[in-house]
Amino acid sequence: MVNLDHLTFTYDGNREVLSDISFHLKAGETVGLIGANGAGKSTLLKILTGLLTDYKGQVKLDGMDVNKKNLAAVREKTGYVFQDSESQLFLSTVYEDVAFGPRNYGYSEEEVQKKVMSALQQVHIEELKDRPIYRMSGGQKKLAAIATILSMEPEVILFDEPSVGLDPKNRRNLINIINRIGGLKIIASHDLDMIFDTCDKTILIEKGKLIFYGETAKILTDQRLLEESGLELPLSMQIRDGNRKINT
Amino acid sequence: MSKLQQAIDNLHEADREAAKRSGKSRIHPVSRLCVCMAYIGIVVSFHKYDVTGLLGMSLFIIITGILEDLSFIRGFQRIKYILVFVVLLGAVNPFLDKGIVMQTGSIAVTGGMLSMITLLIKGILTVYCAYHMFMCTGIEQLCRALRCLKVPKGGVTVVLLIYRYIIVLLKEIQRMSLAYRLRAPGQKGIHIKAWGSFAGLLLLRSMERAQNVYDSMLLRGYDGEFRYEILGQEKTGKGLSIAYTAGWIGIFILLRCFPVVQMVGDMIISPGR
Ligand SMILES: Nc1ncnc2c1ncn2[C@@H]1O[C@H](COP(=O)(O)OP(=O)(O)OP(=O)(O)O)[C@@H](O)[C@H]1O
Ligand SMILES: [Mg+2]
Repeated sequence: MVNLDHLTFTYDGNREVLSDISFHLKAGETVGLIGANGAGKSTLLKILTGLLTDYKGQVKLDGMDVNKKNLAAVREKTGYVFQDSESQLFLSTVYEDVAFGPRNYGYSEEEVQKKVMSALQQVHIEELKDRPIYRMSGGQKKLAAIATILSMEPEVILFDEPSVGLDPKNRRNLINIINRIGGLKIIASHDLDMIFDTCDKTILIEKGKLIFYGETAKILTDQRLLEESGLELPLSMQIRDGNRKINT
Repeated sequence: MSKLQQAIDNLHEADREAAKRSGKSRIHPVSRLCVCMAYIGIVVSFHKYDVTGLLGMSLFIIITGILEDLSFIRGFQRIKYILVFVVLLGAVNPFLDKGIVMQTGSIAVTGGMLSMITLLIKGILTVYCAYHMFMCTGIEQLCRALRCLKVPKGGVTVVLLIYRYIIVLLKEIQRMSLAYRLRAPGQKGIHIKAWGSFAGLLLLRSMERAQNVYDSMLLRGYDGEFRYEILGQEKTGKGLSIAYTAGWIGIFILLRCFPVVQMVGDMIISPGR
């Protein structure tokens, strides 16, 4: 579904923000993307949605090159949940904003309504339908932002820090949502516990280089590798290790 | 609440009100836009001493306000800053045109005074008209109307983005000034030395956020077209929209070409003749 071959990217032509990254992701997988601040996670996601196209190497989505020419098709297949949900939402009410995508794809107003309601139900915010967005909390905005993507029913959904700002209940809710929705999901996050609960595979990048790509359980238990990349063991692992130490 | 917060809330509130009203409107936004432009054109074309004629044109504003349930007072609060400009512009007139055109008792009315009054009325009427039109269509439908009138995609997108940018900019100012105030307690306003970097940073940050908004639009299929149609407007609203446009433009022309207000007034004052 998503194929990267020797992807290299720089913003200014000098410093490589991503260098020589290759991996292949299959439809239906949920893949974690982890790495310290500035590692290049957001940049990678932006390349996958076609927001940044001046890269070297090859990026393919469903067999199609991600470049300026295929932009419309690429965007129809992908959904991107921004790190900052405030700027993702720009219309007056939740309903209007969630309807924006389907309307742009030319659905009739009855179909739009169906899609919007189904998206809102998936994230359990039907009751916020007519709420003005500027009067919602950060967590509510996040859920609304996710609904704007779900209403377009994309084949690939990219999440940039989806759990930031959510309370424990909504975070758990989000994990359930991610586990329930179909398609290929790529989740960039520092919330390694969430990654552990949602992702089969995980990609670790450090300073733009691919360090690890494989089973989530394998990387998230590898304390040495995580610490070398500026990360820590997920809390749940630490507790488990702690218990083990206490028990022995 | 701070002035800034108030401005942001006002904008959001107006935006939401407009979107809500436009979602129920059966009159096509193109009709509204055309009527509004015709209105502005005709109001501006009135002779600079024709106060009574202009007063007749206020009919449209009043009727739209009543039919669309628009509050004149809230409207005034929202457009008062624009009206200040109009007043300033008009206030120059009495000094320019001192010729006496009318004598009421001992008071001589100069051309400048009359033209100041007509300019004020023209300003108020056109600003109210544009405001009412906006409140009945909302930015989305307004852009759709512009596209229907074959305004190029680029132009329409710029209009849309400027509109969105204003809110982003205000919010960024608010966020940054809050951050500044929290670290400079007891200081009133922002120190003049910090203005330069504040403005520069503001520009960068607000541009970045505006870029995010635009990206978010692109990623959700925005391509400069507005396919979004209001339920029922196309089917049942067509005749209504045409009637609305033709009717109002007809009335405007009538009011412009004949002294209707004068005639009605004469009829009321001397019904016997
Ligand atoms: N628009 C830009 N122009 C120039 N450099 C940029 C730009 N955006 C990001 N960078 C740089 O690219 C590198 C990778 O940034 P990126 O936002 O992808 O990191 P990230 O892994 O998402 O970090 P975080 O966890 O903090 O979100 C950083 O060193 C950053 O400074
Ligand atoms: Mg990031």
